[in-house]
Formats: sequence, structure tokens, C-alpha cells
Amino acid sequence: MEKTLDKFVDRLIKAKLGARSGPCFPLMGGQDDRIVWNRKADETRILEKVFDGLHINSLSFLRPIEPYTSIIAFLAKKALESDGTISPKDCETRTFLHDLPVIDEFNPDKIIQILKKRKSVIVAPKTTGTKEIGPAIIAHGTVSPEQGFVTISSVCFACFIKFFTDYLEALQKGIATDSDHHLFDAAIPHLGTVRKKMPNLMKGPFQNEENVYSAVIEAGFKTVEYGLVDSFFGNVSYLWNHTLYISQTGSSLDELAGCIDPVPLDGSTSAGITASSELSAHMEIIQRTDCTAILHGHPKFSVILSMDCDPVEKAACDFSDQCHIKCPKKRFADGIPIVPGEVGTGPFGLCNTLPLALEKNNSAIVYGHGLFTIGKNDFSQAFASLLSVEHACQRLYFEKIKQLRKNL
Amino acid sequence: MLFGWTGNILHIDLTKKEIEVETPDIDIYMRYIGGKGMGGRYLRPVAELPWDHPDMVFSIFSGPLSGTISPTSGRTHIVSKSPLTGLVGDSSVGGKLATRMKQAGWDGIVIKGRCSHPVGIEIMDSTVSLRVADDLWGLDTETVHHRLAPQHGSLALIGPAAENGVKYASITVDRHFIAGRSGLGLCLAKKNIKYLLVDGTGRCKIKNPDKLKQAREDILRLTAASPALMGKFGFTCLGTGAVFDLMDNRRMMPTDNFRRTRFEHASKLNAAGYAEKYAPRKHGCLGCHILCKKIGQKNGQAVSLPEFETMSHFTALIGCMDTDLVVKANELCNHYGMDTISAASTLACRREITGIAYTEEKVLSLLTDTALQRGEGVDLGLGAAGYARKMGKPEAAMAVKGMALPAYDPRGAYGMALGYALSTRGGCHLRAYPISHEIFRKPVATDRFSFSGKARIIKIAEDLNTIIDSLTACKFTFFAAGLEEYADVFEAVTGIDTSAQDLLKKGEGIYYNERIINALNGFDIKDDDLPARFFTEPGSSGNNILIPPIKREDFIDARNKYYDIRGLDTKGLPLEEKAKTLGLVWKKP
Repeated sequence: MEKTLDKFVDRLIKAKLGARSGPCFPLMGGQDDRIVWNRKADETRILEKVFDGLHINSLSFLRPIEPYTSIIAFLAKKALESDGTISPKDCETRTFLHDLPVIDEFNPDKIIQILKKRKSVIVAPKTTGTKEIGPAIIAHGTVSPEQGFVTISSVCFACFIKFFTDYLEALQKGIATDSDHHLFDAAIPHLGTVRKKMPNLMKGPFQNEENVYSAVIEAGFKTVEYGLVDSFFGNVSYLWNHTLYISQTGSSLDELAGCIDPVPLDGSTSAGITASSELSAHMEIIQRTDCTAILHGHPKFSVILSMDCDPVEKAACDFSDQCHIKCPKKRFADGIPIVPGEVGTGPFGLCNTLPLALEKNNSAIVYGHGLFTIGKNDFSQAFASLLSVEHACQRLYFEKIKQLRKNL
Repeated sequence: MLFGWTGNILHIDLTKKEIEVETPDIDIYMRYIGGKGMGGRYLRPVAELPWDHPDMVFSIFSGPLSGTISPTSGRTHIVSKSPLTGLVGDSSVGGKLATRMKQAGWDGIVIKGRCSHPVGIEIMDSTVSLRVADDLWGLDTETVHHRLAPQHGSLALIGPAAENGVKYASITVDRHFIAGRSGLGLCLAKKNIKYLLVDGTGRCKIKNPDKLKQAREDILRLTAASPALMGKFGFTCLGTGAVFDLMDNRRMMPTDNFRRTRFEHASKLNAAGYAEKYAPRKHGCLGCHILCKKIGQKNGQAVSLPEFETMSHFTALIGCMDTDLVVKANELCNHYGMDTISAASTLACRREITGIAYTEEKVLSLLTDTALQRGEGVDLGLGAAGYARKMGKPEAAMAVKGMALPAYDPRGAYGMALGYALSTRGGCHLRAYPISHEIFRKPVATDRFSFSGKARIIKIAEDLNTIIDSLTACKFTFFAAGLEEYADVFEAVTGIDTSAQDLLKKGEGIYYNERIINALNGFDIKDDDLPARFFTEPGSSGNNILIPPIKREDFIDARNKYYDIRGLDTKGLPLEEKAKTLGLVWKKP
């Protein structure tokens, strides 16, 4: 258990959500017959009461680092002034988290009350005397501490997307407040920069299965290293010898060794049953294009820009509360198509929209979800597209902001 | 006013030829929910009676979600005492029985007593009648189904195997759905019930239809995102047989009566092969969107295609390599009304003991002999454990507490090993269903070759699956959705505020009640164990996967932890104080 705890604590730090020391050092507890923690902390006294009150086997606690701490603090305060929840509109939240409940104090009963119904709870920041205690995210698991890690990562990602999306919309509507501007300006220095120099990826077309596995593993690793994902999540595939080699569902892109399913295109085996939930989309893309490599990440500004819509048009749109599945307009970001679609194979699944968009483009963004890119022989082209689209979206986003603020 | 539940439970006393209507308080419903929970409630007072005692109850329950648009709410739960094991005997079965019961105005039916001659129970709304069924006794399941032609109604029935005393006789519901495990068909036969026909015209009352619609959409969205369910190679396209390649790939396919874990011919016997050969169409429980049941075409006739366990056990386990044989064996078991897992496992046990390989003809003739209880079939009808004991080779039975193991070798998944050993109905993969995280990676992947953390995981999963069987939902959906979403469904249907954790707590109480029932029948730590083979013999390593024997000390350590977490004593027996905290009464005999 201890090893598992350390692994996911490390992952939160590597994902730049937590820190190796100080208040943002992640705290994780696991329980089989007894509770063990990855470190000693004052919070464990309260959290052990939470363990007692729930049928769970793990708890994860994180006071995130900047910019997440300021963003989540801001959204949490606003939530407490309204219905007590943050309601991001990105795909992960819509599909898996529903909403993000907020409580006003680090109290076991209040935490239990929320975690009985939801995967996570956000504790709003608090000021005691001159001391400001930042917000915390608490998440539980019934199978593994990995569940808490995944949930906390998704909460941070969702809040990030929500703040920058809301800010753009607030400027467009002319309702941005001083505190909005202040937080935006304060967050910018913490965003970091997306690396521009391409990694030196394996050159294709690949001649044997071993190289295919290596190339898929490398592409996944680099996608994470370049920060083009939400934590470690996304999917990647390569077509070789009439078989699609695709990352497994729930796998971390930086650790794909042993987590790649070979899926024959002729359907002669069902080994793809544990493949990524986007397998159908990948297979359809392969059918419709001449690509062999597919990369899917969740680069933040591609996702943010995919949700940008003129407020006046949106107000007049019949599907304004179903943009993610029914947006009727042909939309683009820097010439890259943006398509609606949900995860998986349902009637509104992205497997119905994305492959069509990739027939004529090397990249396409799925509304509120992420970016898919393709390459003909290997992952170089797909990776270059992933990188350039994210750069372009980031640039476009800030140009829009600059323009709108100039008009204030 | 009750929403979700009808508020009525029908009691039928066959000896006295009386019916009674019980209208339990909401407190009872909130504690036992429905399905498995309610079944356990009625079993407990008579738990110490022999399974074939006239006063032994046989209950059939729907759940609060049955008959609504709640996803996968078409399951029915059947509970009695198992003739095969002497444990709690229960089975979740698909079809439309639960829905029709609710439409007829009943949450459940509790039957006791015994008729002097074969009868059918016919229920049309509030009208209950017994029909003489002498003319149907001895007839196979398809013939009876076609004769009674239930149309809109739902029909549950037994076949000749039950009538002849096969310990693992099944119940067939709506032609294609089988309550296979625990030998519940024999319980009906003992009461002289050939069939149960239910139809109704009512509607289930739902507190908040709009909220239910939203909650349903949340679940459908999650299942659409699940490769195991709705993916191109998932259950909706290939049925449960979709698991077959995975078990081969993970080297955990029970082969030669669990003496090996890899069957070299597996790649030719997979679900894709059946799909090509039998052109199946999708079928499923009433109202289900997953539709995992596959109905194929054979010589122009519709034929139920085998589930994963049947595919695996009638090939790898018994050393055969013909999909046609599997389909025929499956048909024959369904025809006579026998559990396919137990039937194949008993044949595998026979093969190990006699050392004689099977021909297709021999497999089919032995199945027929078993169902008709003639010749060697008399002993084979005892199940693997009973058969092996009778042959003087009890170690050849790959069973836990008398129930034969399904098609997941526990050396390839240690949560499954623990789940098998601790299951309250014997060798069952569904009580804890660790395949979800150990193989399908949901909700996240766990290390399948480690017991670390598994004791609590298994305990929580048992509580979860107990509540699923009490809501009478389908466990498959939980590869994608969670109790969080089903709590929303429950709230929308019943109007009662609840949460995932509240429901888990109820599951804990219902499951503990089963431990009490089993303890009352003498089951304890000596029974919470696996066949010795798994601790002494390795599986078939290869492809960079090592399948060593399970370390017994690690298993025992995990089992002890489980006892502690479950609130049992060191012998695996319930504790008075723990029972009390769960609202149950238990005094150590």
C-alpha cells in the first residue's frame, strides 16, 4: 500500500499540481486492515474520521500549487456565494464528476456529507489572523489511491479550463470584474511555457512490432513531458500490419509499457475490450484517412478555445446548453476544426464527428475535451501538430483577451 | 405514498393453498431495498431448515427501480437455500420478470409449502391462480415455453433436470435467461412448481420523472464511454464472450480442470468466431441498453449463444475444441434446465479422475444422462464436489463450498482468489467481481498478482454488488457507472434522499445477514478456502507473464484482514456486536 501511495503522490507532483514539500505536499492515505499515510500531517486526524465515516479504501488530499490554488480559491468563494458547487463544462466534468461541491471548512462531517455523494470535495480557503490557508481538494477511492489522484487531477484541470473560459466570456459580455482581472493577471506568470522545440521521435514507417511498441511508448511519454495532457491522460495508437496498437483505457501516457492493446482491424479477436474508450474513433480515423499514427492529448488552451463562442450568437442558439454534443455551427480555431462529441460510442459520440473532420485536416479539436492529431508514417507529424495547434490556440486566446481588455 | 415500490408482497402457501398480501413498512423497504436484500429477509427465519423442507421459502423479488426507465433495471433476484451447497442460494436473472411483477402490483413473491402434484402459478395483476401442470411435467424448457406462449407476460420455468433431482438445476426465464447457479430449479421442483407466469397492466409510480431522465442520461453517457460495454469489442457487440480473448491473453483461462491456465486452441474459439459462424443479433433484459445476450442462427432456428463461462468451460476446461459442441452443450443444458458452469465443471472433474478424454458424442450423452438421472448421470448430477467425493477424489473438485468455479483462474487474479474463497454462495465470481479492476481496469487498474489492499477492496465490492442485486440492476453497468449515479436514480424514483455511501451501508447489512445464515448452517473458516491445487501447482506461464501458485500465507493473511474488516471473528463467524450495529440479531450457537 505504501508503495502505491508514494507512486500517486509522486504523480501529483510530476503533474505540477503539488509540491515536494510545504503545504502543497500531497497527502494520501490507504486503508486495508489499518490506515497508512504517505507522510505525517496535522490533517490526518480529521481525515481519519472521514475514513471512519465512509466505505472507502483511500483518501487523497491536496492543496494545489499556483496557478491552481488561486483559481480554485476564486471559484470556491464564488460557489459558496451561490449553490455551493462549481460547474465546469468540460468533457471530463460532464462525464465523470458532474459538478464540484465546495465546503467552507475542513470539517469531517461536512467532508463526509459531500463524499457520500460525490468523488471529490473542495475546501474553500480560509484566513485565520494573518495566515491564509489555501483551498484543498479531497477525493476518495474504493479500489486504489489512483482514483483520488485521477479525480484531483481532473478537478484542477476542470477549474483551470473554467476560469480561463469564463474570463474570456465575461470580457466578451462586458461583465468582467476587478477580481477577475486581478486573478487573470496573477495567474499568467504561473502558466509556464509550452516547449517549442520538437522532440526527436522514432522515424517510421516501422518495420516490426517491437518498433511499433517502442514508438507508441515514446510518443505517449513525450506528450506528457511536453505538458500536452491533463495530468497523464490521453490516448495514442499506431497502425501496423492491419493491427491497431492502442493505449489501454485509463493508462498513463508516460507509462505505456505493458498497457498497449493490439487490435486486429478484421475484428478477429476482442483483445481491444480493454483499449482506450476512443478505440472506435481511432479505428474510424484509420479507415477514413491514410494515417498510421494518432495522438490525443488535452492541451489546455486548445480546450479553452474550443469552448469560445460569441455570447450573442450563443444566446440565440437553440443548443446553447448542449454545445458539447449539438453545436450546429462549423467552428475553427486557427483553421483547425472544432467538433462536438462525447467520449465513446453513443449517438453523440465523437466517433461520429471527429473522423470526418480528420479526413481533410491533420488535427481536430473536440469541444471542451481535447485535440486529436494524425501522422502518415510515424508520430513526428502528429506530435508537431499537437504542439503547433496548442501554441496557436494559446496565442489566439491571449490576443483575444488583449483586444477585449483594450476596449474596456 | 410509496414511489418505486408497489408496497405489496405476495405470499403463497402451496400446502394450505392460501395467499396473503403483506404491505411492509417503508422502514423494511429502506433496510432491505428489494431483490437480494428482501430475499435474505425471508430466508433468515427458516435458514436452519433443510433446503427441501416444506416450510423453506422460495422468493422472487424485483427492486425499486424495476419497471422504470432506470438503466439495466430489468433484473430479478431469486433466493432460497441451495440444494447444491447448503448455503444461501441466490441468482440474479434477466428477462422481463421483475418488470411484469411490478406491473402486476407486486414487489416480490414469497412461496412456501409444497403442492401434492405439479402446478403452474399464474398471476395476472392481483389475480393469483394455480393451474394443474401434470401435462407439462417432464417436458423440456422450450416445449413448455412454446405451449404456454406467454406473449406480453413473463414466464419462469424448470426443465426435466430439476424434476429429476439434479443439484445444479436452473430456472429459465423468458426463454433465453437463466438463473443458473445454486440449483434453484431444484427448489421449485421440490415444491412441485413447473412454472410461474406473471403479467400486469399497472405502471410504476416515480417520484421525479425529470430527475430520473437526467440520471438515466448520466449513466448512458458513462456506459457509452466504456470500451468493455459499448465498444466495438465489448459486451454489446460480442456478448460476455468478449472476455474470452482477454482470459487467454492474461493466461488465466482454466484449462484441464484448472491444471493449466492456457488453452492453445483458444484463439480459434473466441467470440469473433461465434459472431462469424452464427451471425448473432442483440438481445437483452427488458429496457436494457447494453443488450449483452446474443441470439444466433443455426439451421434457420434462433439459438441462444453461450455466455463466456460456457464458452470457456466446454472447451478449455474439458479439453474440447469445437464451437459447435459448445453451442450444442449450451442448448442441451438450457433444454433440460441445468447450470452450464456446474455441468462442465463436473465433466472436467470426471475427466481428471477417469483420465478418459471426451468425444463430442460422449459430452452430449453424459449431459443427457445427467439431466435424466440415468447411468453415470446420477453421480454427475451431484455437481463437481459431490461427484468427486463419491469417487473418493474430493481434491479433483474445483469448487468452493460445493459450488464449481467459473472461468477465471484465481492464480491470475488474487482479488478473484479472495472473492471466490469468501463468497457467501460458494465459488462465485460475481459477489466481489474483481475482474472489473484486475482485468478491465475499472474504475482503475489494480495489481492482479498482489493481495495488497484486496481485503478491503473485496469487502467494499461485496457490499456494492449486494446493493446492485437488491436494486436489481445489472453488475455490468458498473464497469462504467458507479453507485454515485445509481443513488441519483434511486432518489429520483423513490423520492428518498440517499447517497452512494448510504446504499453501501445497506449492502453491508444485507451481506452480513448472509454470513449469519451460512454460520447457522455450520459454515466458517474451514469453508472460506480454495482448492489446494491453487496453492501448490503453477499455472501456464509464458508471454512474459508468470503464473506461480498462490502463496498460501499471503492468502491467509488477506483472509484474516478481511475477517477483521468485515467484522467477523477469527473463525469467520459473525459477531454479536457487529450484527447489532447493522440492525441484525445473532447469537453464537
